[in-house]
Parts: sequence; C-alpha cells; structure tokens
Amino acid sequence: MSAVVFAHHAMTPAERLRDAGWIAFVALVLGIPLIGLTTVDAGGRLEVATRFGLLAVFVAVAFAGRLVLRYGLDHARARRLRRVQAGTEADDGRALAQRVVTVLGWFALGAAVALPLVFSGNRYVVDTATTVLIYVMLGWGLNVVVGLAGLLDLGYVAFYAVGAYSYALLSTQYGWGFWQALPVSGALAASFGILLGYPILRLRGDYLAIVTLGFGEIIRIILVNWTEFSNGPNGISSIPRPSFFGLEFSRRPAAGEQSFAAFFGLDYSPMQRLIFLYYVILVLALATHVFVSRLRRLPVGRAWEALREDEIACRAMGMNTTNIKLSAFAIGAMLGGFAGVFFAARQGFISPESFVFTESAIVLAIVVLGGMGSQMGVVLAATLLVLIPEFGRNFAEYRMLLFGAAMVLIMVWKPGGLLSHREPTLRLGAAAKATEGGR
Amino acid sequence: MAYALQQLINGLTLGAMYGLIAIGYTMVYGIIGMINFAHGDIFMVSAFIAVTCFTLLAAADVSSIPLALMFVLVVSMFFTSAYGWAVERVAYRPLRGSTRLAPLISAIGMSIFLQNTVQLTQGARVKPIPPVIEGGIELWQTPDFTVQIGWSQLLIIVTTVVLMVAFTWMITHTAFGRQQRSCEQDRTMAALLGVNVDRTISLTFMLGAALAAVAGVMVTVYYGVVDFFIGFLAGIKAFTAAVLGGIGSLPGAMLGGLLIGLIESFWAAYLWAEYKDVATFGILCLVLMLRPSGLLGRPEVEKV
Amino acid sequence: MTTLLSVRNLTMRFGGLTAIDDLSLEVPAGRITGIIGPNGAGKTTLFNCLTGFYKPTRGSLRLAHPQRGEMHLERLASHKVVRDAQIVRTFQNIRLFPKMTVLENLIIAQHNRLQRASKFSLAGLLGLPVYRAAEAAAIERAATWLTRLGLDSLADHAAGDLPYGIQRRIEIARALCVEPVLLCLDEPAAGLNPRESAELNELLLHLCRERGIAILLIEHDMSVVMNVSDHIGVINYGRKIAEGTPEQVQNDPQVIKAYLGEDDEDGEAAP
Repeated sequence: MSAVVFAHHAMTPAERLRDAGWIAFVALVLGIPLIGLTTVDAGGRLEVATRFGLLAVFVAVAFAGRLVLRYGLDHARARRLRRVQAGTEADDGRALAQRVVTVLGWFALGAAVALPLVFSGNRYVVDTATTVLIYVMLGWGLNVVVGLAGLLDLGYVAFYAVGAYSYALLSTQYGWGFWQALPVSGALAASFGILLGYPILRLRGDYLAIVTLGFGEIIRIILVNWTEFSNGPNGISSIPRPSFFGLEFSRRPAAGEQSFAAFFGLDYSPMQRLIFLYYVILVLALATHVFVSRLRRLPVGRAWEALREDEIACRAMGMNTTNIKLSAFAIGAMLGGFAGVFFAARQGFISPESFVFTESAIVLAIVVLGGMGSQMGVVLAATLLVLIPEFGRNFAEYRMLLFGAAMVLIMVWKPGGLLSHREPTLRLGAAAKATEGGR
Repeated sequence: MAYALQQLINGLTLGAMYGLIAIGYTMVYGIIGMINFAHGDIFMVSAFIAVTCFTLLAAADVSSIPLALMFVLVVSMFFTSAYGWAVERVAYRPLRGSTRLAPLISAIGMSIFLQNTVQLTQGARVKPIPPVIEGGIELWQTPDFTVQIGWSQLLIIVTTVVLMVAFTWMITHTAFGRQQRSCEQDRTMAALLGVNVDRTISLTFMLGAALAAVAGVMVTVYYGVVDFFIGFLAGIKAFTAAVLGGIGSLPGAMLGGLLIGLIESFWAAYLWAEYKDVATFGILCLVLMLRPSGLLGRPEVEKV
Repeated sequence: MTTLLSVRNLTMRFGGLTAIDDLSLEVPAGRITGIIGPNGAGKTTLFNCLTGFYKPTRGSLRLAHPQRGEMHLERLASHKVVRDAQIVRTFQNIRLFPKMTVLENLIIAQHNRLQRASKFSLAGLLGLPVYRAAEAAAIERAATWLTRLGLDSLADHAAGDLPYGIQRRIEIARALCVEPVLLCLDEPAAGLNPRESAELNELLLHLCRERGIAILLIEHDMSVVMNVSDHIGVINYGRKIAEGTPEQVQNDPQVIKAYLGEDDEDGEAAP
C-alpha cells in the first residue's frame, strides 16, 4: 500500500527464530486437521488415523524452510540494493537472456523435427512428445486469450471438446476425413467462442473467468447427458485416423484404398502412423506459432496487448474493445478446436472425461508458468508439465498440487512467468528493422 | 402441492447453505474487489474437518447430539478460519496493487492446491459418516405423499437465521464492523485514519471461512458424504448466489443463496435433474448480462 | 469564429449527486478553450460525458465536424467518439500502455486506420503491400510527432518506465496520432516543472495556431491556462459561473468568490 519503501533492516538471530517459530505454529494449526488426522475406511465405517510423525516432519520443514527462505530473501534484497546503488541494473543481461532463448528456440525446433527419426523404434518417446505438442498448441492458443489479451478463460477445454467432438461426429456419422473436418471444426469452435463471448465480454475480468468456467462445465454436462448426440459417458470410438494424402496407415487398407507402407514399398509398422501423427501435430503447432507471432505484430495483436494493459485507454484511442476481445476469444477458441480435432484423431476414442476442468487448469498453468505472452515459455512449461508425471507415480500424484502451488508462487514472485521478456512488435529506425527481418 | 411444499423445504435448506458460503464471497469482494476462487475449497476443507471430528466423537462414544454439534462447529470454524487466514496471507496479500490478472490466477492456483492437498492427505474416495441427526416432523400427509421437514433441515435453517442476525449485528454495531465497512469504501483513507487494513482484511477472510465452515458442517450432517471435489460446484453456486443477490451486499448474498437453492430443487424436481447445474450457470450468465449489479447491489460507476 | 462543439443544458447525475447541472458551453474551432474550477466542480465529468464514457442524464453535445457534418456525441459509444467524431482525450492520471514501447503506444492510437488497411488482418498476415504502406505511414506519423515533442530518442523504451513529465508528453503525442479535430487535455501540466510547463504552453499554441486543432483544456496551473487560452469557462458545483477572455475571468467577482471563498468555507482553492 505505502509508496515509501524502507530499507529492510537485518534481523537478529532471535528475531529470525521467532519468525520461523510463528510459521511453524501456523503450519501446525493448518497441518493438524489435514495431515495429523485422517479418516480411513475400516470395514464400512470410518476410523480416525493419526500421522503425528508426518505432522512433526511437516512442521519442522516449515520451520527450517522459513529460516532458510528468510535468510536467502534478505541477502538477495541486500544484493539487489547494492546493485541498484551501483547503478548496474542488468539490462544487457536481459538482452542476453533473450538471445539465449532465441537460440534455444531454434535448437528445440531442430530437436523436435529430428526426434522421431532418432527414436523411430521407441513408441513411448514419440507418444509422449506428441502429448507435449498437443499441450504446446493448446498453450499457444490460450496464450492469445490470457497472455496477450489479458482475458482469463477458465473454460478453454470447452473449445477443445467442441473441436474433438465435431471431428468425431463428422467422421463417424458423415464419413468426413481429417483434413476436411479440420477447418470446419476450427470454425465451429471459433463460432462457439463468439457465441459465448458476445454476451459476456463486456464483463469485468473476474466475472469473465467464472462464466467461462461455467461454460466449460455446461459443455461437459451436455456431453455426458445428451446421449443421442454424444453417446454420453461411453464416448465415441473408432474415430478414423488422418491419412497421408489419401494413404492410410493400416496393415490392411479398406477396399479401394492404398496403404502408406504399400505405396512406398515399406514393411508395415504401427510406428509409421505414430510418427506421422507426431509430424501432423508438429506442423499444426508450428503453423499456430507462425500465425500467432504474425498476428501479434499486426494491429489486432497490438490491440490485444493494449487491452491487457489498459482497457479504458483503449476506448479513448477509439478501439472497439468488444470486437477486439471477441477476436482474441474466437482465435483462441479456433486454435483450441484444431488441437481438439487432432486429439480425437490421435486417440481414436473420446469421452467427456477428457474434457474436465483439470485440463483447463493444466493449460492455464502452462501459459502462466511459461510467462504470459511468451511463446517459448509455453513450450518450456508444457514440456515440464507433461514430463513430470512420467518420472513416476509419485510425481503424477503430486503434479496438480505442484501446479497449483507454482501458480501462486509465480504470481507472487515473478508475475511475468519464467520467461517474461517482452519483445516490442516494431522498432523505430531502419537499423532496428533490418535486425528484426531475421527473426 | 404436497410435493411442491417438500421441494420448498429442501430448496430452503440448500439455499441456506449456499447463502452461508456466498457471504464469504461477497465480503471478500466488498473489501478487496476480487473473487476468492479458493473459497469453495475452503468450504470443502471444513467439511473434511467435520468428518474427522464426527468420527472422533463416535469413537469416543459421545451421545449428546447438541454437544457433539457444538464441538464440531467450534473446531471446524477454528481450523477453517486458519485456512482462510493463510490463503489470504500467502496468495492474495503480496498481490495487492498488482495487475488485474495476477490475484485471479493466484486464486485459481490456490484452489487447485487445496483440492489436491485434501485429495492427497485425506484420500480421493468419498467419505461417508453415519447419520448424525435422524427423523423429523411430518407436516402434512396426503394419500400418496408425506411432507416432512427433517431435524437436520430445521437445524440448518435455524442456524443460518441465527448466524445471519448475529452477523448483521456485528457488521453494523461493532468496531470491527465499522472498520470493515470503512475499508470497503476507501482502503487508503481508512489506513490514514488508523484502521489496521491488513488485519481487517485478514479478519474478513477468517470470518468468511468460518461461515463456510458452518456450511461445511451442515453439509456433512445433511448429506452424510463428503469428497474433495464438493468445493468446486458449491463454490460456483454460492458465487452465483452472491452475484444474483448483488455482489458486495450481505442480505443480497443470503437472498441469492435462497433463490439459487429453490431454483435448483424445483428445477431438479420438475424439469431435468441431470441439467440442474446448467440451470445455475444459465442464471449466472443471465444475471451478469442483464443486471450485473444483482438484485440488491448498487450499480458500479466506472472510474475513468 | 465558427463553433466546433456546443454543449447545451448538459446534466449528469450519479444517484443523488448532480455532478453537472444544466451546463451550456461553446467551443470554437481552432482555438484553445480553458475550463477551470475548484476540485470536484465537474470538469472531468464533463470530459467523460463528452468522450462517451458517461451517458449524460440530459442535454445535448453537438459537434460541427469540418468534414463529416453535425454529430450528436451523446448518442455515440466512447470508441465512436474517437473514431468518427475525432475527439481525443488525455487522462488526469496518465493512462499509457505501460509495458509497450512509446512507439507502440503511438501506433495503437492509429489502430482503426491500420486495422482497415490490414483487411481483417488478412492483408497483414500475408504481408501485402497495402498493409505495409499503411504501417510505414503510421510509423512515419508517429515519428513526426515524437520528433516534434522531443521524444524520438525514447521511441523503443517501455512507456511505463519513463519519468512522469515524459509520460505526459507521450500521452499527448499519442492523442495527436489519432489526428483529432478536438483535443481534450485533462490537467496536462499537473506534475510538470516550470520549464516543462513552458514547453507545454508553446506546444499547445503550436497545435492550435499551426495545425488548426481545437483544444479543450482542463488545468489548475494558471500560468498555463491564462497564457494560452483564448476563452475560459469557469465551473463550480457543476454549473458554469463565468465565461470570457482570461482577463475578464480573472476579474470576475463570482470566480474570485469560488476560488477564494466568501468566508472560511470551501477553501479548496487551486494553486
């Protein structure tokens, strides 16, 4: 609140202990009901079980953690203060970081292209990488809405579902192919975005968040209950896979069709399809990246960012803020729809269970952790979030717990996210333009 | 007719619980102008505390129901308000004066965190407890239907009314109430006049959590089952109630809660039970579009 | 002297509070009109009504646009006031896009023109010459104003990191990029040092005399208002209490009373 910041005086050891003691006490109070005590099923009825050992460990960790954290924070603050006084704020450090990120980006791209060739025999690696790319694409789509336009969308999974179900229905009911259904499903998702967005985009940010949350749930409830339409909780199965310019990936293609393996004179292998799917999502994701990066440098993109910064100023500059929000919402929805189509085609089976709030939360976490508006950050966060559960069951269990905690911590310490540098969309002067052309 | 009367009773019970949770939303909104997305999960935590307490009491062979209820209420309110305090301290206070989006995201993160903490520490399975209060009064008997108000329903309604009266008195008549209202109107000015703003905000979160804890105990008594996911829907519905009543308005939150409870139980009884949650969301969207200031709220004038 | 904007019987109520009470005012084309009055007199509310942020309770706001004819501002949404009527405002508490660069701020001010040129972003996405030319022109226009206001060396800095006085200038430069017919400045001299105020005076006179932009100026700094205004309106309690040239206003007993107070009441005199 206060505008004046006083220099933080160093704490005496006694003060540090008292401070940590207070935190330990809070940890104890919070820990008793959830960690210290629990109820277990004992033959049809509950019984209370105690875990005081665990509670003691928790409290001790809180105590020690606070001591270390406090100490570290004080030192970091003192160091920063000295740096500011010396007048050497690391501006070139930031530029360097940006260059490193750019190099990393190209490196990541190279790795992504080469991955299936290197691991052509490893089903698990290709599959996981495909999952990562789906989340990258979802993250890039949501980044338009949250990162650029600053609209908190908690029901992003709804558009993912619209894309997935429209492809599933178009293909199983009407025999559409993947490539035909892709644009139509994307357009459908975008229309849903506009339909939902039009009435609610006038609302304040937090209302918008909860309405989108509600919308995501409505879509899921409808998918579960409207059995004639969506086959309810049983979902839709045997969704056709995409073909390679009409060539199918199967051992025995349908009559009149040719298989990929036969056409190229290869032996049939199920890996061919997986690798093909991987490249499809890689292309989709890259197309998304190029599309979004170009949009960011166009008037719409700049308007999105301006909207995030100050909506009233936007209106004072003559912008129709409702339309700008709608465009962000629709484009985000469309990209989510594309990802949904791919998801349905890859799984071959979808059910409402794949489209729960947790999915929205994961995608949001990817955007937030990666740094809102930063494309490379999304890649980093998506890789991290998909890979964590792969390290083992324990990690999988703690994944959402860690996401939640990370979201809070990132907001408190580094609201910009892991990679928060913002590259201007244009620069003044020819020299600057020339360097920009290379990007 | 008898069936409708029964729905009215059920709806009021449900509405009383939504109203109690909605007050937490509305008070926090009033004082710091943000939606505490983690409030629904605070409510869920309190229900788990209640389950543990009831199980403990059953093991200790406490047979006096009023005594048991009092004990559970006090314990649950104490621990839950500690959670309310901690959530504010960790996730919201450092972000005061930050960007618009930051506290919202932090709140979502907190909500996910609490949900998963409970799932990990208490288990993902549904927790059933034996019925605490059974029976009720038969109000009206027709040949094919008996209208009944359960003791638990009566308890919920009466407790809510008593709490509402006490609460309104506190806000209008005590020093804390005055400080709370002054912080709502102008935090900077209140601080300049010697109101401890941080403490007032903390207390507001704790009070909201304590009321949610009452709702949590009541839900445990009423339904007899609890799981880690109940906070999500209850949170959204209570939020809808707060918006319907006019966010920032205490009587509005209660009124909104009752209306949502009634709508939900009549909708489930006469229309499509499986779409009752859709009805709530529909109301939320409609209210926000048509009358964002709610039934009893003051319209907001945009500051330019 | 033609009238550009005429405010007739404008009233704005918020619940029980009447912020503007039956106010009538004429703003001539190509001149600087000052609006003064004690704090809370309703000056900013007048701006908010004028630029579509508030819907007036009563009264009319008519603009005689030099190219587009007569317009009823009270019927336009805020973005249309800027886009169609070309009335642009600045804010008392500066509202820049803080994380974006100065240049980006100025380009955003030309959003509507650029958006049209980008043909729903299609031409922009494809990088067609139509759009490139429009973008180059927009940068050119921004650069011109930046140079004129001495900001060109700061073009690629994030606007929010710059000093207060510079931010004020950026806000004016940004408003100018919209190519306004009427420029509404809400306390542009607030927080400026004497040298910066003098530069502001010079700029305002330049805009008005050389570029023919009409300016409506809310200002407490009398050294600015009295020196540049052709005409001054004085508002108190939402009513116009005096009007005239700077000399007339300075000597008006009503104005002196409003500023200095008759007795000990209402001591909120502006510096």
